[in-house]
Amino acid sequence: MKKSVFLGALTVAGLAAGVAAAGTLDDVKARGKLNCGVTTGLVGFAAPDANGHWEGFDVGVCRAVAAAVLGDKDAVEFVPTTGKTRFTALASGEIDMLARNTTWTFSRDVDLKFDFIGVNYYDGQGFMAPKALGVSSAKELDGATVCIQTGTTTELNLADFFRSNNISYEPVPIETNAEGQQQFLAGACDVYTTDASGLAATRATFENPGDYVVLPEIISKEPLGPLVRHGDNEWGDVVRWSLNALVAAEELGITSANIAELSAGTNNPEINRILGTEGTLGEMLGLDVDWAKRAIMAGGNYGELFEKNIGESTPIGLARGLNAQWTEGGLLYAPPFR
Amino acid sequence: MTTLTDPPKESFRLSMLIYDTRYRSMTIQVVALIGFMLLIGWLVNNTAQNLLDLGKEPSFSFLGEAAGYDINQRLVDYDNQNSHLRASFVGLLNTLLVAVMGCITATILGVIIGVLRLSKNWLISKLMTVYVETFRNVPVLLWIVFTMAILIETLPVPRSFKGVDVGAVVVTNRGIYVPEPLFSRSLGDIHLFGASSFRFDISLDLIAFLIALALGLFVRHKINQRAHRIQEETGIRPTTWYLSLAAVAVPVLVVLVTLGFYLGYPEFKGFNFRGGTHMRNSLIALWLALSLYTAAFIAENVRAGILAISKGQTEAAAALGLRSNRIMSLVILPQALRVIIPPLISQYLNLTKNSSLAIAVGYMDLTGTLMGITLNQTGRELETLLLGMLIYLLISLSISLVMNWYNNRVKLVER
Amino acid sequence: MSDVFFVRTEMLQQQAPPSTSVGIVGWMRENLFSGWLNSILTVVSALFIFFVAGGFLSWAVSPTWGATSLTECREILAGHEGACWGVIRDRWVQLLFGFYPSELYWRPILTFVLLAVALAPVLFAEKVPAKLVYFTAAFPFLMPWLLWGGSIWGPLAAAAGFVIGYFVYGAVVKAAGSLAGLIVGVAAALIWWLFLAPVVVDLLSGTVSIGLEAVESRKFGGMMLSITIGIVAIACSLPIGIVLALGRQSDLMILKSLCVGFIEFIRGVPLITLLFVASTLLNIFMPPGTNFDIIMRVIIMATLFASAYMAEVIRGGLAALPKGQYEGADSLGLNYWQAQRLIIMPQALKISIPGIVSTFIGLFKDTTLVSVIGLLDPLGLSNAIRADTDWNGVVWELYGFIALLFFIFCFSMSRYSMYLERKLRTDHQ
Repeated sequence: MKKSVFLGALTVAGLAAGVAAAGTLDDVKARGKLNCGVTTGLVGFAAPDANGHWEGFDVGVCRAVAAAVLGDKDAVEFVPTTGKTRFTALASGEIDMLARNTTWTFSRDVDLKFDFIGVNYYDGQGFMAPKALGVSSAKELDGATVCIQTGTTTELNLADFFRSNNISYEPVPIETNAEGQQQFLAGACDVYTTDASGLAATRATFENPGDYVVLPEIISKEPLGPLVRHGDNEWGDVVRWSLNALVAAEELGITSANIAELSAGTNNPEINRILGTEGTLGEMLGLDVDWAKRAIMAGGNYGELFEKNIGESTPIGLARGLNAQWTEGGLLYAPPFR
Repeated sequence: MTTLTDPPKESFRLSMLIYDTRYRSMTIQVVALIGFMLLIGWLVNNTAQNLLDLGKEPSFSFLGEAAGYDINQRLVDYDNQNSHLRASFVGLLNTLLVAVMGCITATILGVIIGVLRLSKNWLISKLMTVYVETFRNVPVLLWIVFTMAILIETLPVPRSFKGVDVGAVVVTNRGIYVPEPLFSRSLGDIHLFGASSFRFDISLDLIAFLIALALGLFVRHKINQRAHRIQEETGIRPTTWYLSLAAVAVPVLVVLVTLGFYLGYPEFKGFNFRGGTHMRNSLIALWLALSLYTAAFIAENVRAGILAISKGQTEAAAALGLRSNRIMSLVILPQALRVIIPPLISQYLNLTKNSSLAIAVGYMDLTGTLMGITLNQTGRELETLLLGMLIYLLISLSISLVMNWYNNRVKLVER
Repeated sequence: MSDVFFVRTEMLQQQAPPSTSVGIVGWMRENLFSGWLNSILTVVSALFIFFVAGGFLSWAVSPTWGATSLTECREILAGHEGACWGVIRDRWVQLLFGFYPSELYWRPILTFVLLAVALAPVLFAEKVPAKLVYFTAAFPFLMPWLLWGGSIWGPLAAAAGFVIGYFVYGAVVKAAGSLAGLIVGVAAALIWWLFLAPVVVDLLSGTVSIGLEAVESRKFGGMMLSITIGIVAIACSLPIGIVLALGRQSDLMILKSLCVGFIEFIRGVPLITLLFVASTLLNIFMPPGTNFDIIMRVIIMATLFASAYMAEVIRGGLAALPKGQYEGADSLGLNYWQAQRLIIMPQALKISIPGIVSTFIGLFKDTTLVSVIGLLDPLGLSNAIRADTDWNGVVWELYGFIALLFFIFCFSMSRYSMYLERKLRTDHQ
């Protein structure tokens, strides 16, 4: 008799996720919601607040895409994923895009059949150590106990680094950043290694951040970017250009404050094209003319998102560094909108 | 005169498959089997189709590739250039280690607590009740992370021992260091399974030690037998304790001295202690949490077992003049054992299966290696999970077999 | 010789027992200090309790209820050790309901209140009116509708399948016998569910749309998620468990080995591996294009997991029935299904209830494992909460609160199960 709990639930809710057909863009539009995979919680990048409202830098990208496609920055279902479940969630169509500090690597792009649509944060793996340890370089860490997060590229980088420098170490694998922080603060490991952004974010919340240093070595390249399934190029284009619009907006000086004014028309043809007052870029993507305008208004341009979530005005206090615009010595370089 | 003939033989009709009880059970079984086959076929077909769509081909060749990651607790030699299969083997041994350690301590704790719960001491029995209820009613995963947090937060960091004379055992929040047995004239190891992924070294010193111990115990057994015989014949039991002691101690000591036995003490060097045996806090946390959690269940089984023994047994034993602790160990527990063992088997199984929660504290067991990092790095969900489940199934079945064999041995033979 | 006898002519007054064996002192002598070993044990445990309780209280009594972040807690405590209760004040609702829309909290609350009502005829059979059992039958359809919302027609159509199946069975039984009736009845219900019901539901919800605001399973979280997974899985596993238990008991060799194989497989692997299957493999096993959300998949695997254990519990109940019951049923001329339905199952299920309750407690505790695959159950949420800059670094308060929640639920259920066991143990009285 009670089998029908399942059947009832099935009919009511189970099939809500829809079918992963070829056209993700059409699916998203039909569903009216964007399913976006994020972490289960990483300071500054994605975490739910007390009302269940997700916030963070990666979350900002999801919201921009939702605003561009659906016109509503809140039309996003955030699906928390772990290192293990993220790729299957994307491959199976449970999520439409994954914005979860995922490193763009050859095998993920080619072997696992995903498309990285760009880079929203240029990162690298670093080390953090207590000042009291008296270490000034990662090469002095012979015999040290190192906390690493599993399920990421970091454990391979770490093994490679210690192997190539011919020094020994004791790995302490941990599941989440919160646990890593706890072990590190209690001294259960000498150094904590993860992406440099994560280190800075973690350090910022310490009781005495000044007692800890981030070592100068960056032992890997970690271009973190959103990704989509391989083979659905229309959808890939939408996500890619939504991200590019945020980056270009910063370069061109479009902010959430002046966007209304600028969308009345300017002398700069590229701004006009982005904001839809000139050309038919939106139509080519399968969206309307205001798509980029809405994406930018969702949380501001790239610079605004950065400042609001992880920038120097926040407790996390990350410097732009590699993530500055190319005009300011960084790596952000949006292709032209034409 | 009439002759008996067989009743007219009914010719077979199709409807008999349903209405005739002789055939009906066959029909049902065949239908069930076909249904089952169809289900399996459907699943396999779906899987094949989906894997084709994803562009993946099921293959176990990834197991031979270099793993690339390091494992901290290794019972056999391993480095990050070894294969994924070797890494899984290291993980499997870690699983078995914590399961065996957990089962032993959980049994000891469980028996003590179960007996104490029936203690006449009010405070003790209440304390034990609180213990059992707290541990039974909170999820084991929570206990594991909780124990880990306690170990990390309350114990001192190794650095605080810098320049301090630490002695033999050091307790730090990275684990416990105990002296390790070393041999200056070691016999070396035997290498089993050549260079395969399951290669395994067994220390000859350990084997020599065990042989000596077994020899000693055997001699002691003989001495006791002789004493017993003399007691039977003459009524006087000769004093044998010094002979027994010598029989056990002499061969062991001889082996230890010839092999040059000494203890390696932990020493603080650089960032950590070196030397000694390092029991990492992930192991301790998992072991402790699983033992304490399972002990609460075993305690309940033990209590039920003791209560199942009729009061007459206790009274009869008391009438023979036995003291209360001897009544418990000689009369009650041996009988209660028969009631305790069947549920004990399932507690052992539960403990072994719960050891897969090791990933919560970063203990690199089978779930952490094969179904954890290997899965993540290779993206082979189907193969790793199937293999992992198969191994767990084999472990569970072996535990069941061994324990059921033991249960049959101690079972009361009903006449 | 003088005959002097001393004969007491009146009874002595009964004396009060010595002061050392009555009252508190007597009780303590008897129960705490009855020997040197006991005295040592008592003193040691008293000291243990004193230190643990003292340490805990001095930590727990902390004026930080109003704090809005860990930094603020630290300011309030000014260097003293103490709990930071602000995180509980800030997040307790989330730990209970997850991301369920706050204006709809009445729905899960109502569901769980109604659940208690629906369970009453089963759990406290003699204390409630018998008619309530109809509500119990309707509840499995009501519960998903209340929790997940959506159109009322879906659950109604699911329920209609059973009604249709029943009536078809009734009609065919008279014409063609019970087995044929059963087969045709099940077939009719399946046809209804698979082909007719979706069409009818679409039609009805198009014309008369009665419904609640739909809530996606993804919004479920915290304690509510644990309870939902636990209850749905146990409820679904009951019928599967009965079938498996009967299969395992039956004489049909193939059927028996299939059931034994399934039960032993599920019981032989850890739940966590089944959850990994739910999170990574289940979609691969389904036809291309199907897509359950992760909570549905977890419920499916939890159901399979629970049904193996349920089968063993019910098998125990079947085995505990005296053989005379089976023989009695046979001698009345009842066939297998009639005997099961009228004689065996009602009794076997009743004696299995304590076992079922403890299976439920076990499963309920095991729902914390879903945090490992990224679902936000209380334990998973505690990680998400610690990822908030305000609460980064909080440990004990969250774990303690979650442990307390689980303890309350499980402890009360286990007490109930013990009460039931005492009640059912009629033979020793």
